[in-house]
Amino acid sequence: MTTAPAPRKRRSALARAESLQALGFASPALVGLALFTALPVVLSIVMSTFDWPAFGERRFVGPDNYVFLLTQSPDFWPAVRNSIVFTVLYVPVNIVISLALAMLIGPRIRGRNIFRVLFFIPVVTPMVANVLVWKMLLNPQGVFNGIASSWFGVTLPTFLADPNWAMIMIVVMSVWQGSGYNMLIFSAALEQLPESVMEAARIDGAKGWTMLVRVILPMLSPSIFFAAVMTVISSLQVFVQPQMLTGGGPGNSTLPLVMFIYTTGFKFQQLGMAAAAAWILFALVILVTAFQFQVQKRWVHYEV
Amino acid sequence: MRSETTTHVLTHKGGGGAPLSNAGLLGGEPSRLKDAVAHLVVWIGAFLFASPLIYAFFASLKSKDEIYQIPPTLFGKELRWGNYLEVFTYGPFITYILNSFLVAILGTLVVLAVSTTAGYAFSRLRWKGRDTVFVFFLGTIMVPAEVLVIPMFILMQYFGWVNTYQALILPFAFGAFGTFLMRQFMRGIPFELEEAARVDGAGPIRTFVQIILPLTKSAIAVLAVFTFMGFWNSYLWPLIVTVDYESLGTLPIGLASFSTQEGTRTDLQIAASMVSMVPTTVLVLALQKHLIKGIAMSGMGGR
Repeated sequence: MTTAPAPRKRRSALARAESLQALGFASPALVGLALFTALPVVLSIVMSTFDWPAFGERRFVGPDNYVFLLTQSPDFWPAVRNSIVFTVLYVPVNIVISLALAMLIGPRIRGRNIFRVLFFIPVVTPMVANVLVWKMLLNPQGVFNGIASSWFGVTLPTFLADPNWAMIMIVVMSVWQGSGYNMLIFSAALEQLPESVMEAARIDGAKGWTMLVRVILPMLSPSIFFAAVMTVISSLQVFVQPQMLTGGGPGNSTLPLVMFIYTTGFKFQQLGMAAAAAWILFALVILVTAFQFQVQKRWVHYEV
Repeated sequence: MRSETTTHVLTHKGGGGAPLSNAGLLGGEPSRLKDAVAHLVVWIGAFLFASPLIYAFFASLKSKDEIYQIPPTLFGKELRWGNYLEVFTYGPFITYILNSFLVAILGTLVVLAVSTTAGYAFSRLRWKGRDTVFVFFLGTIMVPAEVLVIPMFILMQYFGWVNTYQALILPFAFGAFGTFLMRQFMRGIPFELEEAARVDGAGPIRTFVQIILPLTKSAIAVLAVFTFMGFWNSYLWPLIVTVDYESLGTLPIGLASFSTQEGTRTDLQIAASMVSMVPTTVLVLALQKHLIKGIAMSGMGGR
């Protein structure tokens, strides 16, 4: 009765107590994630196999939603194309500009934190506000065309109503909006470049272009890869810019996949069809990301 | 898939030494001329970048007709500061702002509470199945919001939460990102600090509150900013889950309300857009040191 418990037994009792405490700490997150992520994911898979109107009778249709989207829906493939076109145009421009900005705003620039904040402001501003500002600029009566016509006598194209220009302007606006974010990531990475390697390269006579291409970019490649992966994922999910700048038009020339999902689900009330389209988008995101991870071996250097 | 690159950034601390100079970054001697050129380029770049917002600010002080006038002017006939007053009296704009603050602040508090506690459990406490559960956690980061919004809407209908504040706040407050960030950060805190407290008889709750949380301040600041921003700027979900915009609309939805069937009050809409930028800009200015440090530390940020 008075014997002390064996050390092993005490340890396991302690371990059990710690497990219980851990469960207490983790349970809000676990319950929330189960309820608001895991459950919706399961529900979404189920929904995608149903004809599921917002109101009224639901009917199991198996793979019909997917088949319809892939073979018959008039807007689905154009939406896939638009999302891909946006991504292909947007990501490289974003990466190049944000990298150039990060390299330019180094420690010797006076007030560099203020510049960084300045480039970061559009990132933190509500996207809707950014879009409204650009809509005003791009209006045929707006400042771009105003300057062109009154100073140079040139009439610019109607940017947002022209099928070719509309997508370009969505990209331009998005680059302005989003580059500040990757700029901060690259700034942080640049500040962590190992001075020893830089010094060695300098002693070996590397400078200018050689220094950039042979030394700095390889050392930054993990950050560039990371930024590229994240930016591609978010670009394939573009929604607010086309929704507010062009409404997906003219025609369906700037209608991306997420907007297609939104209109299918909440305007045309076909929730099952929209869920199926969302899963196709997810598959596309996974495919593209997996491809990037495959290709990274060729250009990303992890060890210094 | 995030952890791979992140761990790299986390462990990839530079070799010390003098900070790199941008003029000398590409090698060669730093010189006054190069410095001057670099400054000039930065100033031009910054001006080009800022010009849409500068122009928008002056446009917000014009009348509706003057904004769309050819040839364009920077200053209108008069600076109509009254536009900013009118924004607040045009429709329920005050309500939109208050809703946005309420949702963003409460949402941020929920995210911070959930992420710090779970991050603690995943980084400092030992329990069976911890790493398996964590992998599952990370997996959910890959599920895009677009996949979630449709079933989430059904779920909200089922709960009877459509058009409520809890529907604006809770569904997207349990993402794994915050927990992941906290776990990564807390793992770096030396165990000796905690052991000393344990030996003194502090339980995990006291250790968490008095030792771990104070040491996690900068990560908490980063998560707070990104979460606040996320809620403040979010558009798709509020658009879907609220019906009665007049009373439950948030700011991004309120901005759209200046466009009606009778036309668009561009002057007010642009002034309101300027107003909507203020809180997040102030937040970023106030916490910029933490932010840059936090991004460096984690190599990422929330959405």
